[in-house]
Amino acid sequence: KQRDSRNHKQSGDSTECVAEEASLILDEMAHRLQLSTVRFFVFTLSKAFKRLFRSVCVNEEGIQRLQQAVQEHPVVLLPSHRSYMDFLMMSYLLYMYDLPLPVIAAGMDFMSMKFVGEMLRMSGAFFIRRSFGGDKLYWAVFSEYVKTMLRNGYAPIEFFLEGTRSRTCKSLTPKTGLLNIVMEPFFKGELFDVNLVPVSISYERILEESLYARELLGIPKPKESTSGLLKARRVLSEDYGSMYVYFGHPVSVRSLTEGKITRSQYNLLPRCIPQKPSADTHEFLNDAAFRLVRIQEENMVLKPWVLIATLLLQNPDGMDLSSLAEQTDWLRHLALAFGAYLDWPDHEACSEVISCSLALHRHLLSVSAGHVQLSVTDAPQVESTPEEAVFHQAVVVLSCASYRNQILHVFLRPALLAVAMQSANSNRKDDVYNCFNFLRNMFSNEFILCPGDSVQDFEEACYLLMKRGVLQVLEHEIVMSASGHSTLAFLSSVLDPFLQGYQVVSRYLCEETNENLTEKEFIPAVRNFALKLILAGRLKCYEALSSDLQKNALAAFLRLKAVRKVKVTYQVNFEGLVL
Amino acid sequence: MTGRGCDLHQSPAESLTSDSKHGSSMASSSSSSSAQQRLRIIAGHLQKRPEDENASVAAQECKAEAPRSEPSSATPVPRRRQEIMKWNGWGYSDSRFLFNKKGQAEFTGKRYRLSGLILPSLKDWFEGTFGANLQHRSPATPSLNLSAVAPPNLNQPFVEDLKAAGLTVSHDPEDRVFRAHGHCLHEVFALREGRIGRVPDTVVWPSCHSDVEKIVELACEHNVCLIPYGGGTSVSSALECPREESRSIVSLDTSQMSRILWIDEKNLTAHVEAGIIGQDLERQLNERGFCTGHEPDSMEFSSLGGWVATRASGMKKNIYGNIEDLVVHIKMVTPRGVIEKSCLGPRMSTGPDIHHFILGSEGTLGVVTEVTLKIRPIPEYQKYGSVVFPNFQQGVACLREVARQRCAPASIRLMDNEQFQFGYRSQFKGFDPQHLCVATLLFEGDRGKVLQHEKQVYDIAAKFGGLAAGEDNGQRGYMLTFVIAYLRDLGMDYYVIGESFETSVPWDRVLDLCRNVKERIVRECKERGVQFPPLSTSRVTQTYDAGACVYFYFAFNYRGLSDPVHVYEQVEHAAREEILANGGSLSHHHGVGKLRKEWMKESVSGVGLGMLKSVKEYVDPQNIFGNRNLL
Repeated sequence: KQRDSRNHKQSGDSTECVAEEASLILDEMAHRLQLSTVRFFVFTLSKAFKRLFRSVCVNEEGIQRLQQAVQEHPVVLLPSHRSYMDFLMMSYLLYMYDLPLPVIAAGMDFMSMKFVGEMLRMSGAFFIRRSFGGDKLYWAVFSEYVKTMLRNGYAPIEFFLEGTRSRTCKSLTPKTGLLNIVMEPFFKGELFDVNLVPVSISYERILEESLYARELLGIPKPKESTSGLLKARRVLSEDYGSMYVYFGHPVSVRSLTEGKITRSQYNLLPRCIPQKPSADTHEFLNDAAFRLVRIQEENMVLKPWVLIATLLLQNPDGMDLSSLAEQTDWLRHLALAFGAYLDWPDHEACSEVISCSLALHRHLLSVSAGHVQLSVTDAPQVESTPEEAVFHQAVVVLSCASYRNQILHVFLRPALLAVAMQSANSNRKDDVYNCFNFLRNMFSNEFILCPGDSVQDFEEACYLLMKRGVLQVLEHEIVMSASGHSTLAFLSSVLDPFLQGYQVVSRYLCEETNENLTEKEFIPAVRNFALKLILAGRLKCYEALSSDLQKNALAAFLRLKAVRKVKVTYQVNFEGLVL
Repeated sequence: MTGRGCDLHQSPAESLTSDSKHGSSMASSSSSSSAQQRLRIIAGHLQKRPEDENASVAAQECKAEAPRSEPSSATPVPRRRQEIMKWNGWGYSDSRFLFNKKGQAEFTGKRYRLSGLILPSLKDWFEGTFGANLQHRSPATPSLNLSAVAPPNLNQPFVEDLKAAGLTVSHDPEDRVFRAHGHCLHEVFALREGRIGRVPDTVVWPSCHSDVEKIVELACEHNVCLIPYGGGTSVSSALECPREESRSIVSLDTSQMSRILWIDEKNLTAHVEAGIIGQDLERQLNERGFCTGHEPDSMEFSSLGGWVATRASGMKKNIYGNIEDLVVHIKMVTPRGVIEKSCLGPRMSTGPDIHHFILGSEGTLGVVTEVTLKIRPIPEYQKYGSVVFPNFQQGVACLREVARQRCAPASIRLMDNEQFQFGYRSQFKGFDPQHLCVATLLFEGDRGKVLQHEKQVYDIAAKFGGLAAGEDNGQRGYMLTFVIAYLRDLGMDYYVIGESFETSVPWDRVLDLCRNVKERIVRECKERGVQFPPLSTSRVTQTYDAGACVYFYFAFNYRGLSDPVHVYEQVEHAAREEILANGGSLSHHHGVGKLRKEWMKESVSGVGLGMLKSVKEYVDPQNIFGNRNLL
């Protein structure tokens, strides 16, 4: 494990110093998998899981595939990350199915939790610092540690492509660092192949639901602590519905790289010397990461509530139960036609299904006289300032949005096309495509859109809408069918909150900023700006308050060079350019 | 020009070494035969001409009818090779494997140690490994169908000029077909099916350097394509006539240029015509008490010129060096004239070594006619040995350590478990028969040093869990590799096709490369519809300071496939890609030929390839040497 430290004498330190430092890093990082701890964990977890969830559903053919894959080549598990429960559940399931327990790359913040950190360590977690940009030794020790485990076939490696829990339940733009590390033993010929297994974990109700919403609204995330977890015991008394774990088909790194990576580029350096990925490799990794996240998205099991939440968000003034039932049914068929993986109970009336869902999520709703509306239910009804009221409502909206977000990937491409058609002012295919491409480009920090797939995405959107009879795609023109209006209207309102949110950010940058806006000030300032607009009644979109959206918008504007980042000694300032 | 180094198409060294039936034993481990050998060395000295006492240089005139004083005159390979060799398989016509009526394997003929023996367990191994069945035969076309050979496309004035110059020329279809192929699987497979592609239109046999000069001059004058032919043991499609060649193709067979022109005992060099084949060279030198020590496994058939033209490697290179280390002087006839150095100095600093344009040129620049080689006195003592290791990893680690300590014996080879299972049925206590592997060793030198050396190597082996497994097992290993080429012909009688290929690779990648390539072969076979698991095995055959030479053997049962050769070629192609991706070289000693041309640029860079092309452009602007190998 320490063979790499030799190569890291660049700082002029003595070899012993470096070796010592490396072994300290290793101590801090390494897991100490102990079966007794795992058994203890499993015991407590199975109790906890039984109280939390009505059911945990696993695709058993996926488990069988995994069993097969583990026999063949080293396996890397890539679960989606929505909750702390994710990796606990992963280890629990693998244990229950008699599969080798994974070692998990976990953020260092877990480690600082007393006792639990050590417990996690002993059940197979190893800890990595959240950021170690400049620390070459840390990177070297870390990557060698992971690769050694992989090469020895010691245990499956598990990490989160998204890097952190998605607070919005939208998949996050994947990180490629760890992916490169687990692929490198294949690139360098040390392994014949590596199997990547994307795992999609979805929750009918997320434990951290309101926590996330608060965090997005700027109420800081509590530091991970044991006492925090104990307080979370309160959650044990609540009903979180079902949980779904879908193990995807193993993706062979060998077949993924075929024709894309020239492995012989690694021939000229001793393999123990760390190499930065070449431009080609980097592009490949990025592309592969996006594709894997797309697989995660596609395999995500969705509950009826996701459809209901989508509709309720589009109707802020609420809906009658009957029309909700009718529209949910319509949306269900649309979603299915677009390939959504929907867990809709068989042989149950639509209204039945809806009332079940509403019951589970009653804390976000008010139901009276057959009318459903998103509203604050558990907040203290005592007098509060208008700002507080907005925030309370925003918590509900963002919580609800986190469910709608789970199905966004299904509607995303047709929705982009729908908006493009509205704004293109032309039926010409070229114009629509240009518009589509612009939107796609702008939202590529917001949604998982594989780089370079613009044409495919466009064609996919056309195909889906054509299949639904919404559009007619001719050689040079795209024409809306007579019956397509409602579908297109629905689809464009799916993207509406994001369009409005981005508009708010750009208005802020144009109207409000002085020359020296620092990166740190940006989020609170935009939030304030949006809040004022809402209070003044000029903005109805609560999602504009989400820091996630604001960050994504800024990143997009930076990428599109509408905004420029200037480094002033230790400050980062932005200059708004023409938008 | 052809020639190949170690391994697959090996000639049983026993025919040259310790085969009692066959006489001329070079050395063996028993003290009685080493005494015999010393006697022979002395006899060789005694038989020398008296003037050799003063001048040990014995020059011979070109065109001399027979060597004047060679004690046993060398009979060259006959012009009509097909009289003693198979036209559609490996080696001598009288030697082949077959399953007799009782279903037992036997090896026919009298030439080899195995000849006339019954091999009772071969059938089980054969059926078990390949899923083959003796009931399912795929026999070869018994004889060459002459009507399948296209009539020669003759350049009449050229042929007449050749005849006028007194050169032996043939247009006989059998002669031409014999020189149209090497021993790649697809070449032999096509012959067995009676399919004949483009063949040379003329065969010409020069008998000395000046004959070659004449031929090349006439070829330039009449614009015909010359393809030099040495031993015909190429495994790189080097001898295949290019389809796109519209000129008359002339095969220049060097077999009649096979004399040792002089031996210089003071400098320990010998000047030899390039058409001589390995076993004749070694035998004749032995008779004078010398050897070159260059023993590629094809040495029964491959020629000196072929070795030079392909950068051949010999089994005992650890003592004697590879061909580039052995060569002191080379004479080559090119369309531009003769290229050679002006002296026999052992090393020169005169710009890039022009020998390295010739070594590995694969017949694209000219014909190597005469070579001055280093020679050595025959070693006093030779001893085989073997070591079993618990697994391949340990074996490789041991070979690496031996290389690190620079104490490799004359030959050290490590076979993997699959090859062990083929060659040995022995049980070794405490070793898992599914993992153990064996290294075979050959020590050479004076007796005391050999024994000391042997101990050093066995001590290293012990550190890696290796257990000495005796001389017999070592010798058996070398013998078995020698018959594999004959075994391939047996396989082809029963729906089994196979081939070997080689590479060189840095030490730290040896294990990974072996595992990945073997697995790639298995996987590709499966994906391409091969019904039975293939034999996919590897061995380490040479050690160097910085790496090793690795050999792969690959064979499968092709029943149920409509185009087995195509499947075979796809799998081999994939395996080569895998080798290159794992840091292996394009070839260690088989050469590039036409089979591996597509990877040349990747292997030597665009600039490197351009340099080679510009040499070709200067030396042979008309592309007279038009075999289209390499570039």
